[in-house]
Amino acid sequence: MESVGNIILYFIVAIAIIVFSVLTVTTRKILRSATYLLFVLFATAIIYFQMDYQFLGAVQIAVYAGGILVLFVFAIMLTQQPGKEAEGLATHRRWLGLTAALAGVALCGYGLFSYAGFCGRLLSGGVDVNMERIGQFLLSTDKFGYLLPFEAISVLLLACIIGGVVIARRR
Amino acid sequence: MPLSLAIVVVALPLLMFLFLGLVGVKMGRKITGVIGVLAMLVDTVLAYGVALTYFFGSGQGQMVDGVRQAVVVANPAWLSFTDTLVVRMGVLVDPIAAMMLVVITTVSLMVHLYSLGYMSDHDGNAEKGFQRYYAFLALFTFSMLGLVVATNIFQIFIFFEMVGLSSYLLIGFYYSLPAANHANKKAFIVTRLADLFFLLGIMILSYYTNTFDFDKLVFGPTMSGSLETAQSAITTAGGATFLGCSVMAWALTFIFIGGAGKSAMYPLHIWLPDAMEGPTPVSALIHAATMVVAGVFLVARLFPLYVLVQGAMNIILVVGAFTAFYAAAIACTQSDIKRALAFSTISQIAFMMTSLAVSSNQNALIEIHEGYGLGYMASMFHLFTHAMFKALLFLCAGAIIHAVHSNENDKMHGLHKYMPITSICFLIGCLAIAGIPPFAGFWSKDEILVAAYQRGLGWGIWMSMVAGMTAFYMFRIYYLIFFWKKHEVHTHHAPKDQPWTMTLPLIILACISVVAGFVPFHDMVTWDGKELHTALDMKVAGTSVLIALLGIGLATVMYRKENPLPERMANAMRGLWTASYRRFYMDEFYQFITHKVIFQGICVPIAWFDRTIIDGFMNWMADATNSVSFGIRRLQSGSIQAYVYVYLLGALLLAAITMICVLL
Amino acid sequence: MDLTLFMYLIPSLIMFGCGVYGFITRKNMIAIMISLELMLNSVDINFVVFNRYLFPGQMDGMFFSLFAIAIAAAETALALAIIINVFRIAKNVDINQITKLKF
Repeated sequence: MESVGNIILYFIVAIAIIVFSVLTVTTRKILRSATYLLFVLFATAIIYFQMDYQFLGAVQIAVYAGGILVLFVFAIMLTQQPGKEAEGLATHRRWLGLTAALAGVALCGYGLFSYAGFCGRLLSGGVDVNMERIGQFLLSTDKFGYLLPFEAISVLLLACIIGGVVIARRR
Repeated sequence: MPLSLAIVVVALPLLMFLFLGLVGVKMGRKITGVIGVLAMLVDTVLAYGVALTYFFGSGQGQMVDGVRQAVVVANPAWLSFTDTLVVRMGVLVDPIAAMMLVVITTVSLMVHLYSLGYMSDHDGNAEKGFQRYYAFLALFTFSMLGLVVATNIFQIFIFFEMVGLSSYLLIGFYYSLPAANHANKKAFIVTRLADLFFLLGIMILSYYTNTFDFDKLVFGPTMSGSLETAQSAITTAGGATFLGCSVMAWALTFIFIGGAGKSAMYPLHIWLPDAMEGPTPVSALIHAATMVVAGVFLVARLFPLYVLVQGAMNIILVVGAFTAFYAAAIACTQSDIKRALAFSTISQIAFMMTSLAVSSNQNALIEIHEGYGLGYMASMFHLFTHAMFKALLFLCAGAIIHAVHSNENDKMHGLHKYMPITSICFLIGCLAIAGIPPFAGFWSKDEILVAAYQRGLGWGIWMSMVAGMTAFYMFRIYYLIFFWKKHEVHTHHAPKDQPWTMTLPLIILACISVVAGFVPFHDMVTWDGKELHTALDMKVAGTSVLIALLGIGLATVMYRKENPLPERMANAMRGLWTASYRRFYMDEFYQFITHKVIFQGICVPIAWFDRTIIDGFMNWMADATNSVSFGIRRLQSGSIQAYVYVYLLGALLLAAITMICVLL
Repeated sequence: MDLTLFMYLIPSLIMFGCGVYGFITRKNMIAIMISLELMLNSVDINFVVFNRYLFPGQMDGMFFSLFAIAIAAAETALALAIIINVFRIAKNVDINQITKLKF
């Protein structure tokens, strides 16, 4: 049995995610869209906190909300054309998108309802996920160590830095 | 003089080829020619030195117990595949090689000098491509020298190809003329076809005897021709047979076919008359004196093997005897003087071949009687003298052509008054080839006839007849050029003797033609290196001179002065005359074979199959791919959202299928 | 009332659906990138909750999310650089206008 606070928090987060997700993709103004995305990301971070993954939640806020979103805002500012704030959507495209999204949601929802016996699982006491353990896992070469992906990601980031510089360079 | 200078003799023309070919364009035309002549002069002097040292010197291993030896000056391995399969590139001096060195360098020097004048216009300006011409001449000289000093049969083959190549380049020297291009292609293809057989022969021979080297094939322990060595080589080959003949017979026949291609034996002679499209000095050097005797040289080189393989030798005998007659018959009617001389060359080379073949009298193997190997000596002797006087005749013809600008003898007539020096030189050449003593041809031809009579009366009579025809057709040409009727001046300037660069070689060669017969070949050039005792056979000599005089007399009656006799005779034997004039339709026959049978019967269907079926299938595949891709390229809308949409639907479909499967 | 795994998957699913809808319908390329972020985010949530509910003793899902966030950051930075570059050339970020690469 969960605490009432937890349940209330869950509902707030779930409703926020659903509402802001829908708003993100339906609003006509791109800047608003980015703002709604920010709310979605915050709500996601709250879920992470709720799962006791404090580090992940912090990363979510710092990287996603703090980094990526700022990038988005900058990109929007740079590509915004004056007097052309709203974008129109082609109707047939909208119906296509709607059917695809609804079909996907329906199929997956049906799948979850019908086949996934684990869906009713409850939260059980997990291990304490503190910074020290994360650090050791990240740099460990044991069975559950993540040194190799860690290094791969660092190389990827380097490649992205170079790629970004090359692409954005003014010729 | 050390015999190793032979290496320099061979290498110097190669250096000249590289030098003239690479640097010549930067220099003036004349100066290139002069350098070429000077280098050739040095080369000739060296070659004479080597030959004289070889024949008359001592102390370098050239003479052991009265037997002349082959001296191998250098013999480094060039390609070493296995222990037995080693291709060497060496320099070997033996009687025939030394003799050939002299012949090649002499004629080449004369031609180099002569070309200074011939390849210029009447004002003395050198023609376009002068440097190229001299470079190719040097290349040819190098190839030919490399051929004669070869220490193994593979080296001979390589240089065989190289002389073929330089011949091709020089025939096609006037590459803007279609006739020259046709002629050089024809020469190259015909000789290539023959060389294919040569290569086959080499492969068979070396496969069964395990060697390319002459010292294991034909040279005995004393490094002179040895039947024992040849016999042991044949024994090594064992009793392997193919189609009922021993493999050695096949190998030697194939090698002879290679030689026949180069030496223009019937039926591979068709390229030689056309090769006259090249500049006349080239014809003199390549297609009269040196390259065309490569086949004779080849057979002479392998002489001990041929002696022991009678089958191959008989083929040579028959082919040689027939060709001698056939070419002489054609030469009697040709109106183009160079072609007439070309057929004369074919006939004379056939003489040499026949001479080689008759000396392998089967009896000679059993009872070694006096005169054994006479034919070999006679053949080499004739090769030597023929090179001199035929080069002389060709160079004379070149001088005449240069003066009247035509090859046809009806444009000439009566030139004696205008070109006395040329006329006298030509007459000397004619007398030499006709076999009138004391000119060179008499001595060598007489030896050949003696050898032929030794083989059999029939062969002797046949060859005597051809010798008579030789005298007739040579004097026919001579009279038609220099007499017959008064010359009509066609060009704006009357023909006259050519400048000294062209006349000097004529005079030198004429002098050689007079005295060359006195060279003591019988104790210098023999197949086994031993001295050969010969005596002038008065019966044979007498008849041959008589026959030659008869031929000359007939030619004098018919062609000395303009008269209707030749026309009447031609009319009387119209069919024969036309056939001879058309060279017995050999060209038409080849044309029929190649065009009608091979092209139409084989190549056209193959080409059709290739184009329609093979290419057609490939084209169909390409077309199908093309049309399909044109059909489906609309799917590449470039709209990423459409792709995502399709992708998503696909993923959903898969998920649905999975679910259904789980459900069932 | 219990907070089951299912209850966390539903918002994630809807978020994913919204991402799909946005990706297909939006014309602005930056908006498409935003939709992409939504989808990525929903996947992250799934990783985390599956890990937490089904394998509480391990941390693999969390690490996957961690790496996914890192990759998403890199990818977004690069994609936005490209978009800005395209804008410089075409003066436009409308995905329907930029079809030079088709065929």
